Amino acid sequence: MGLDIKLPIGIMFSLFGIILTVYGFITYNDAFMYTKSLGINVNLWIGIVMLVFGGIMLFFSNIKKK
Amino acid sequence: MNYFFDLNFVDWLLLLIYFVFVLGIGWTLKRYMKDANAFLEAGRSLPAWVTGLAFISTNLGALEVMGMTGSGAKYGMLTTHFYWIGAIPAMIFLALFMMPFYYGSKARSVPEFLKMRFDEKTRGLNAILFAVMTILASGISMYALAILTESVLGWNFHVSLVASAVIVLAYTYMGGLSSAIYNEVLQFFIIVIGLLPLVILSLTDLGGWSGLEEQLAPIVTEKGYAADTWTTTWKYTADAKSNPLGVEWYGIGVGLGFVLSFGYWCTNFLIVQRAMAAESKLAARNTPLIGAIPKMFIPFLIIIPGIAALALMNMPEKGFALPLNAANQPNYDYTIIMLLKQYYPAGLLGLGITALLASFMSGMAGNVSAFNTVWTYDIYQSYIRPVSGDKKADDKHYLKVGKMATIFGVIASIAAAYIAGLFGNIMDFLQTIFSMINAPLFAVIFLGMFWKRSTGHAAFTGLLLGFLFALLHHGLTAPEGATTLVKGGWLGVVHTYPVEMAQSFWTAIIACFVSAFTTIVISYSTKQLKSEKELVGLVYSLTPRETEEDTTWYNKPTNLAMLVGLILVMLSVIFW
Repeated sequence: MGLDIKLPIGIMFSLFGIILTVYGFITYNDAFMYTKSLGINVNLWIGIVMLVFGGIMLFFSNIKKK
Repeated sequence: MNYFFDLNFVDWLLLLIYFVFVLGIGWTLKRYMKDANAFLEAGRSLPAWVTGLAFISTNLGALEVMGMTGSGAKYGMLTTHFYWIGAIPAMIFLALFMMPFYYGSKARSVPEFLKMRFDEKTRGLNAILFAVMTILASGISMYALAILTESVLGWNFHVSLVASAVIVLAYTYMGGLSSAIYNEVLQFFIIVIGLLPLVILSLTDLGGWSGLEEQLAPIVTEKGYAADTWTTTWKYTADAKSNPLGVEWYGIGVGLGFVLSFGYWCTNFLIVQRAMAAESKLAARNTPLIGAIPKMFIPFLIIIPGIAALALMNMPEKGFALPLNAANQPNYDYTIIMLLKQYYPAGLLGLGITALLASFMSGMAGNVSAFNTVWTYDIYQSYIRPVSGDKKADDKHYLKVGKMATIFGVIASIAAAYIAGLFGNIMDFLQTIFSMINAPLFAVIFLGMFWKRSTGHAAFTGLLLGFLFALLHHGLTAPEGATTLVKGGWLGVVHTYPVEMAQSFWTAIIACFVSAFTTIVISYSTKQLKSEKELVGLVYSLTPRETEEDTTWYNKPTNLAMLVGLILVMLSVIFW
């Protein structure tokens, strides 16, 4: 099928990554919010993980085209 | 008990983006859906990593994620038997021995393979049973989703049922099987990344694996088991009474590791269809093997948090509890929901909810896309309007029928969802149906592929008798303390099993062996109507041996199979 699935996956995870990373920064000093997650700013961390994953997917979907 | 989630705008944003992409993938694929082959078989054009991830993602549906997390709390690491011994050997067998015949025969579905190898009536029986089973399964998925969104997000039950059905319908109607498969890949990654923080946070909270073992010891001892029963897999399976599954090692090995898993992974069209959509025979054979690798690690994502939940329930200072059911017992189906509520702050919570919704939709879409294929090729094209004859139709017509079947499948699922609402434990109910239909099917297909003497009459009788004996067994036995007839014993209770799990294992074992025995006996007493020439490519001994495909070493099925087997052995030793 003519669609390379790596492209939509890459875009979606990059978007998710940006949203959660930014949200993680905005709420960086909100200690109360993160008591749930044992004081870890999980939004920032998982946001970065998703940015990296999305980036890898985009990278490979580009390589194939060239 | 308050298990209501308060989502903020970030959570909603993530959910919204996810739905846009799901529908967008369907929309993009719409222009490629020019014939029935593209719509129902994805044009046999997908790479192995895509079909491999879809292969396990289809099975990572609603019941799986919620049910298995609950089972983690109920049975501990013993639950991993469903992922390791109860899946991997079957997946390896499918890849190495069965896939060459499924893919090589050019059959478009498992029922069609039965028609090619045996006869029309065998196909008809299987196609009809399969169609009913997939609709029920998808209905149960939808029911679980609607219950979840009602209690957790406060959406109206009926509205969320219809809304989820419409979304699944939209993307499978537009993009067919490719759309379902591509979305399963997307859903797989969302589920993995969305649930990853759960296992990290719950284990951190309890002081790591050793902390978990320490917390569990007194709880498990109080239940009457050895202190490390919940953190081991095989250690306490010498005696059925010393482990919470209530099954001995040979029951697990034969029931789960052979009959149930081979019946499910090797012959369920829902699963096999993913591999059939691969771009080449090599890719089709590698599909289950590529899927097997992440499959073995999924227990860490969904079972370990469940085990942690059991420990948390007994630590009042953590403030963790499960809602109670009607019998005043903790409702284990809510384990994962309560864990998300416990650990996920706004933002991450949106991701977690998206992961759960994704898993529901992947289960549903998989069923619908398998249903429409079987309906179009095996029921409509065979009995209602064949390709040849005076009612001859062209491919455009079957594409239209496939699309109509998609709509019908979704509507029938909604009806099935309301029926599912009448039953208690949905997971066990599904297991009961699976074991009755799949176990005899495996015996028949296995004999068909590896014994050229097996005949059509024998296969048909084998399928039927296997199913009837399974039904009979279910009617005559009941798990201890069963209160509804759905659990068995509707003909009068002759034997009582300690737990429901043991009952369903033995139902499957009986179905499989009755079916195999019947097929062998009747094969000897009936004439083989197929000539040896017709059976080339369908039976092992009559098909010319192929040399291992000329490819790089890491693409060779045998090498991949050895790697998968090695990881399985290592995991079993580590968590013995």
